[in-house]
Amino acid sequence: MSVLSGQRAWLLQRITAVYAGLYVFLAVALLLARPPADHAAWLGLIAHPVVWLATATFIVLMLLHAWIGLRDVILDYVRSFVVRLTALATVAIVFLMLGLWALWILIEAALR
Amino acid sequence: MASQVRPVFLDLTKIRLPVNALVSILHRITGVLLIVSIPLVFWLFQRSLAGPEGFEQAVGLLRHPLGLLLLLGWLWLLMHHFFVGIRFLLVELGVGETRKGGRDTAWSALIAGIVAAILLWVMFL
Repeated sequence: MSVLSGQRAWLLQRITAVYAGLYVFLAVALLLARPPADHAAWLGLIAHPVVWLATATFIVLMLLHAWIGLRDVILDYVRSFVVRLTALATVAIVFLMLGLWALWILIEAALR
Repeated sequence: MASQVRPVFLDLTKIRLPVNALVSILHRITGVLLIVSIPLVFWLFQRSLAGPEGFEQAVGLLRHPLGLLLLLGWLWLLMHHFFVGIRFLLVELGVGETRKGGRDTAWSALIAGIVAAILLWVMFL
């Protein structure tokens, strides 16, 4: 599977989609079944090891999914090599920062 | 050798979009808009976890009329992307490959996204 073939990106897009889809489904079901009434209940839910790990995994895979999708959009519509490279680099940096921010939020929640 | 000048037809007022093409381009648009929403969602998530005041602030923002409107729109983005995404995975597995089958699954995904968004929104109200 060559890096340039796009096959790896295609496959990763599907795998991350399945995880993200399952997470969204379960998160919605959980929030509907037991809506957190106050901050303590909400924090307790997020800080629960299973939820915490599932959420951290979701954020990483969702960002990967979003990166592949946005990369496809950029490759489709941005024809100039320089603009394309700049756009891809910008998105990569922003996504990296979003990931670190999310991780920070989750670590804060676990320590609170 | 192939001609360098290839036909380009991009008159958006004349391009007809069958429903499967419509859900497909909407899948892309909702995906990009969901990405745009990430900073706001992360910020709300952070505020809601920060403390009781932050939690009340986040809930208050979501319950504000403008917040409710944005929430409905955002739920549609998520639910459309979710159901059309499932449709794409099924299509790749060979489900609904006929002309009628493709249209039926496209309509189902489109309607499911709208209905699910409204249902979730009403349950939040």
